Amino acid sequence: MRIALFITCFNDTLYPDTGRAVLSVLERLGHTVEFPQEQTCCGQMHFNTGYRPEAMPMVRRFAETFAHYDAVVTPSASCAGMVREGHPVLAEQYGSEQLRREVAELVPRVHEFTEFLTDVLKVEDVGAHFPHKVAYHPTCHSLRGLRLGDRPYRLLRAVDGIELVDLPGCESCCGFGGTFAVKNADTSAAMLADKMSAVHACGAEVLCAADNSCLMHIGGGLSRQRSGVRTMHLAEILAATEGVQR
Amino acid sequence: MNGTGDGLVWLDTPAFPKAARTALADPQLRGNLRRATGTIRDKRLAVTGELGDWEQLREAGEALKRRTLRHLDRYLEELERSVTAAGGTVHWAADAEEANRIVTALVQATGEREVVKVKSMATQEIGLNEALALEGITAYETDLAELIVQLGEDRPSHILVPAIHRNRAEIREIFLNRMVPAPDPDLTDEPRALAEAARLHLRERFLRAKVAVSGANFGVAETGTVAVVESEGNGRMCLTLPQTLITVMGIEKVVPTFADLEVFLQLLPRSSTGERMNPYTSMWTGTTPGDGPQDFHLVLLDNGRTATLADTVGRQALACIRCSACLNVCPVYERTGGHAYGSVYPGPIGAVLTPQLAGVQHAASLPFASTLCGACYDACPVKINIPEVLVHLRAEVVDAQRRSRHLPTAEALAMKAAAAVLATPGRLAAAQKAAALGGRVLSRDGRIGRLPGPLHGWSDARDSPAPPAESFRSWWRKNREQS
Amino acid sequence: MSTRQQILARIRAALADVPDDERPESVPVPRDYLRSHAEGDVVELFAERVADYRATVIRSTPQALPDTIRRALTARGAVRVAVPPGFPADQLPSGSWAHDEPPLSVAELDQLDGTISTAALGIAVTGTIVLDTGPGQGRRAMTLVPDYHLCVVTADQIVPDVPDALARLDPARPLTFISGPSATSDIELNRVEGVHGPRTLDVIIVTAPS
Repeated sequence: MRIALFITCFNDTLYPDTGRAVLSVLERLGHTVEFPQEQTCCGQMHFNTGYRPEAMPMVRRFAETFAHYDAVVTPSASCAGMVREGHPVLAEQYGSEQLRREVAELVPRVHEFTEFLTDVLKVEDVGAHFPHKVAYHPTCHSLRGLRLGDRPYRLLRAVDGIELVDLPGCESCCGFGGTFAVKNADTSAAMLADKMSAVHACGAEVLCAADNSCLMHIGGGLSRQRSGVRTMHLAEILAATEGVQR
Repeated sequence: MNGTGDGLVWLDTPAFPKAARTALADPQLRGNLRRATGTIRDKRLAVTGELGDWEQLREAGEALKRRTLRHLDRYLEELERSVTAAGGTVHWAADAEEANRIVTALVQATGEREVVKVKSMATQEIGLNEALALEGITAYETDLAELIVQLGEDRPSHILVPAIHRNRAEIREIFLNRMVPAPDPDLTDEPRALAEAARLHLRERFLRAKVAVSGANFGVAETGTVAVVESEGNGRMCLTLPQTLITVMGIEKVVPTFADLEVFLQLLPRSSTGERMNPYTSMWTGTTPGDGPQDFHLVLLDNGRTATLADTVGRQALACIRCSACLNVCPVYERTGGHAYGSVYPGPIGAVLTPQLAGVQHAASLPFASTLCGACYDACPVKINIPEVLVHLRAEVVDAQRRSRHLPTAEALAMKAAAAVLATPGRLAAAQKAAALGGRVLSRDGRIGRLPGPLHGWSDARDSPAPPAESFRSWWRKNREQS
Repeated sequence: MSTRQQILARIRAALADVPDDERPESVPVPRDYLRSHAEGDVVELFAERVADYRATVIRSTPQALPDTIRRALTARGAVRVAVPPGFPADQLPSGSWAHDEPPLSVAELDQLDGTISTAALGIAVTGTIVLDTGPGQGRRAMTLVPDYHLCVVTADQIVPDVPDALARLDPARPLTFISGPSATSDIELNRVEGVHGPRTLDVIIVTAPS
């Protein structure tokens, strides 16, 4: 199986550790992962903000870059959702017949990281050790977009040493919403405040999720509060082996 | 403020972000909304969870609406025939002005100067009360929440419960100060006592009313049957006691057959008030000698609906059965309330319906008033994919801006610049290097604090991570490149 | 062009994507939802669900019905009570009743303490009674204006769920679906009983002894 990592432009630029964590988990499981360097971005920001024609070069590039892989794995639920839902819409609206075909063929092979582990590789215990109190925030794109369901929980529960705590009201949106956080900054901040209260209430040391974008927003708020709660991508917890004799 | 019914879009309300800021600063409002939406969410989940086939019911509801909308002309003609055959009179109104003209003339023909009204979104949308007032006709709202809004010279902020932004203490104040005759000054703020005050206030008006105006939840093409779903009995009063009944119904409210109501009468109450069945549903077919109004008029209203129908993505918004479940689950609505949307249709459904009915240029901020979290889509009993329509309308807003401006907006320039960077890996890598440098300048301890300019809204509430010295692609090239 | 023609023309133009030969029936409607959500005995379920909405449920045999009605009226202090045309005379306790022949005015109805009626049917899952102005039910105002409604439903009139109810009803008649006494959720979205419709609803379920 030829596996490609779609790191996403956001993680590539701001969260390279998440990419390394995905590599480390998949390599630990015996797989080889390639990073096609022609990749850039899925076009989500442009699409969701109404700039559809601007997103087209990214859709084309994505289809070309990943055409020859058996599996495209991405540590972002929202970018996976964009490829799955948004690329067919854009290809239909602006693309050639050929692009529509390429997108349709590629989409089923694009997997969010936890989906890839549980559904394709059929693993739950990835050999991680992480002796901390952790809460999982199901981001909207994980929960209602990709319908990841209990996949992230299954993976986290198998982590050695972890103490998983429930985040109250976890299914409520954190208020990020991409450009929403800028265009509707006040509403976004009000939603963030409630999410941070929930994080404090559950007593977690670490808040994790399958999307760094929401974590940047929540983590940015927690950092401003000097709260001491860390945010981490779920992949980084699954990659962790601190203190384990290997 | 000029009372209820000032039309679909409120011209004096600023764009959503600004209106939301005002609402967010009102702790009383936020408390009221949180309590009310929290209550109804739990109730809805309990009664929808009771039905093991809830998803199948939603699928059926969605499909019935799709069937109806795709053949709307046939069903409307059928409805017209059925209603006429049953003794009713059907009128067609292209827009709000025509609908108001028709209703006003019908009331004037009775010689009456007052009408009682059943809560109706369609008549809110056309601003009927004001149109009637201009002709010297007084419209009495009889739904409790509508009454609270009307007495308070306020605006509706919710589809089902227009006074959701008011708590019991505020309602008591409004009743004491505005009801004529004034209620007992010892009126408490117990909901039961407030409901009793509303009963006393309206009782005499019901009993003397000669003309009623209603909306319609459903109009059955096959039989001409019209249905109104309600709770308080004000609907029954209006639909039963007066001599003349005028019903204003959006053209999308038609359903094919009487049997199809079996789907909607299960979906609507459970989604709406979180009950297995609402207290009262009235159905009537034309007129019945010796029972109820002997003169029945059905006004079929377009007012932007045919334009909405023409949009193959946006048309699904016309499937809405006005349950308001999407409002109750919406995290944005929960914080801002309905007034911030500046329309009689607030919340997620309002954010897709208002710009389509009124034209995107009149509600350009609404499609952006959402995080696209998807809670509305999950709650919708007829499976309107609200996030899909929101994103679709965002593109329409941007396209309209492109057409109407000589110079691009700052946002458009930023988007164009971002698209250029993201077009090739080389440019992205260069930008990442620049960002790492810039980040180092701006950051302290790996964090970037408050920023000036367009990002201040973001940075007022959150730190940003400083871009790391090395992007992933740069690290890969150094550490993993084989060649 | 009339507004009617104009709206119909706009609709046809808006639906340009719908193939000319598509029939309404060819838009599939999945009907794999359940015909009924009732489990167990429907009469018991009906009684439970009616009570859930704060109506009072009274059980009776046909023989005991006049006495059951008398006691219910006494308990509610209902003295001036309307009986719609067609209500079975042998089921009424002795006494004097307000009859709707000639029709009572709204003001006269407003002076009454209550109305006794039969029903067209009951729906178990939702705890609903449906009136269709048939014999013993009267015109709609009779069961609306007086503040107390005593409704007699026989066990064989109770259907499991909403689909069965609609299949049995005649839409040509005025229909009123009643689930509990009048109520509102308009104050803080909490349900409160008692607004404009009858504030008290008693439902007598008549079951023949087995």
